[in-house]
Amino acid sequence: MDALSLEDLHHDHAGERALRGLSFAVPEGVLFGLIGADGAGKSTLFQILSTLLDPKQGKARVLGFDTVTESDKIRPLIGYMPQRFSLYQDLSVQENLEFAADIVGIAGKAAKPILDELIGFARLDGARTRPAGKLSGGMKQKLALCCALVRKPRLLLLDEPTVGVDPVTRRDFWDMLKLLKSQGTTTIVSTPYMDEASLCDEVALIHHGEILAKGSPAALGASLPGRLWKLHGATSLHVRTDATAPTPLLSLYVTGGDLHALAPQECTTESVMASVSSLGLTVTQAHPIEPTIEDVLMRFLQARSAA
Amino acid sequence: MSAFSIRTKGLTKRFGTFVAVDGIDVEVKRGEIYGFLGANGAGKTTAMRMLCGLLVPTSGEGQVAGFDILRETAKIRTRIGYMSQKFALYPDLTLRENLKLSTDLYAIPRKLVAERMDEAIMRCEITEMLGRVTGTLPWGWQQRLSLACATAHHPEILFLDEPTGSVDPLSRRGFWDLIRAEAARGTTIFVTTHYMDEAEYCHRACFLVDGRVADVGAPPELKARHGVESLQDVFLAVAAKARRS
Repeated sequence: MDALSLEDLHHDHAGERALRGLSFAVPEGVLFGLIGADGAGKSTLFQILSTLLDPKQGKARVLGFDTVTESDKIRPLIGYMPQRFSLYQDLSVQENLEFAADIVGIAGKAAKPILDELIGFARLDGARTRPAGKLSGGMKQKLALCCALVRKPRLLLLDEPTVGVDPVTRRDFWDMLKLLKSQGTTTIVSTPYMDEASLCDEVALIHHGEILAKGSPAALGASLPGRLWKLHGATSLHVRTDATAPTPLLSLYVTGGDLHALAPQECTTESVMASVSSLGLTVTQAHPIEPTIEDVLMRFLQARSAA
Repeated sequence: MSAFSIRTKGLTKRFGTFVAVDGIDVEVKRGEIYGFLGANGAGKTTAMRMLCGLLVPTSGEGQVAGFDILRETAKIRTRIGYMSQKFALYPDLTLRENLKLSTDLYAIPRKLVAERMDEAIMRCEITEMLGRVTGTLPWGWQQRLSLACATAHHPEILFLDEPTGSVDPLSRRGFWDLIRAEAARGTTIFVTTHYMDEAEYCHRACFLVDGRVADVGAPPELKARHGVESLQDVFLAVAAKARRS
């Protein structure tokens, strides 16, 4: 069964088009990433999937049920972690979890083993009695995840759970998601961090309410026209991200401390380096690399801004 | 004039028994892009607030833009610019009104205001949208306006506190194009970020762990020292030694 399926989904926010006709499906059992920046429409989509918002047009089905007419069937099956901090600051870790359990009808003796397991899973044992407001950013996010997991949902909806979280804690968080997947949970997770896309089975790139591309990270990488080159040893990173004319290069941009160049398939190391130097940049080495999701998204965004 | 825009020695901040910043020595050269990195709770914000003159150190000393961070905070504040992803912009004002307001806040002399505004408008490429209401514009415009507001008074140092947050990679690159140009004209850039690919843009990066400087150097030097390929991996290597979380 599909965990979710969308048919021409539209939504507006205060006159702005938030979603512009989304149609795609995600099968059960996958770790699915919704990759896009602020304002792309990710949170609106999550609100529709969690039945908190009715779409203006089109249909969304979650685990086979319609989000508008069958919301009561969907709610017990999902765990939703909103983008906004959803914990009670004055309550302790333990109390927040007890409250989350209580809301879904799990209380007293029945709750204890579930909560103990979650606290162990998130490695929050040492912080059980600490008020949620006093936790570090990463621990708060782990606790919020645990609250969404209390009723062992079939589908987990996580809206930017790792924003503002440091790389170490982000890695721990993704380890938790991988473990949940191995236990059969389907997860839809949104993120603006491109490196997290590679940890997903499948991703959709979303921009201004539209899906630019969807597929496995490897398949999306393979869809780039031409070949991607990494240029080392640039003496300067003063490159305007949009200027490659009149060279054959399709695009040239800074990534980390290096330059990335997308070049037609027939270009050789020499011709790529010659093109770069004709743009006034000096590099010492060029070699072909596998594109990441960030390279794929750059390609789509550059094509749009040129159009 | 000193070759350093920022210099601290043994800079420390305690909150009760908790030592948030534990005796850090930082030297940032004029015109340098300096990345200040660390896990949540490592002490970055506390240190940055002391440098901006917003928080009094418990002990240690420091100079920012040539002024003492204990005794000359008022002078420091007119010589630095500050911006963060949480825009300090008024969404209901136009771009021009926001910029005008910031020239007052940074105490630009009245007779210089018009000239400085024009200069910032050109440099940050916001001419076309000056009359528009700020809150209705996409992120990229607001970001360029924020930069104009934080630099119209020609600060010696620009503090960027997690400047890009959740933004698409094309807009982020456009923003960094402007930041590099800012550094090239001699402004010192002091930046905190959780995006390690942004940290790679820095001339030097400083990793803070448990309130102390765990390592500092140019990105290629740091990668070589830790035998890894990226600053992300350097982060994981140095932060693995952290005790507090």
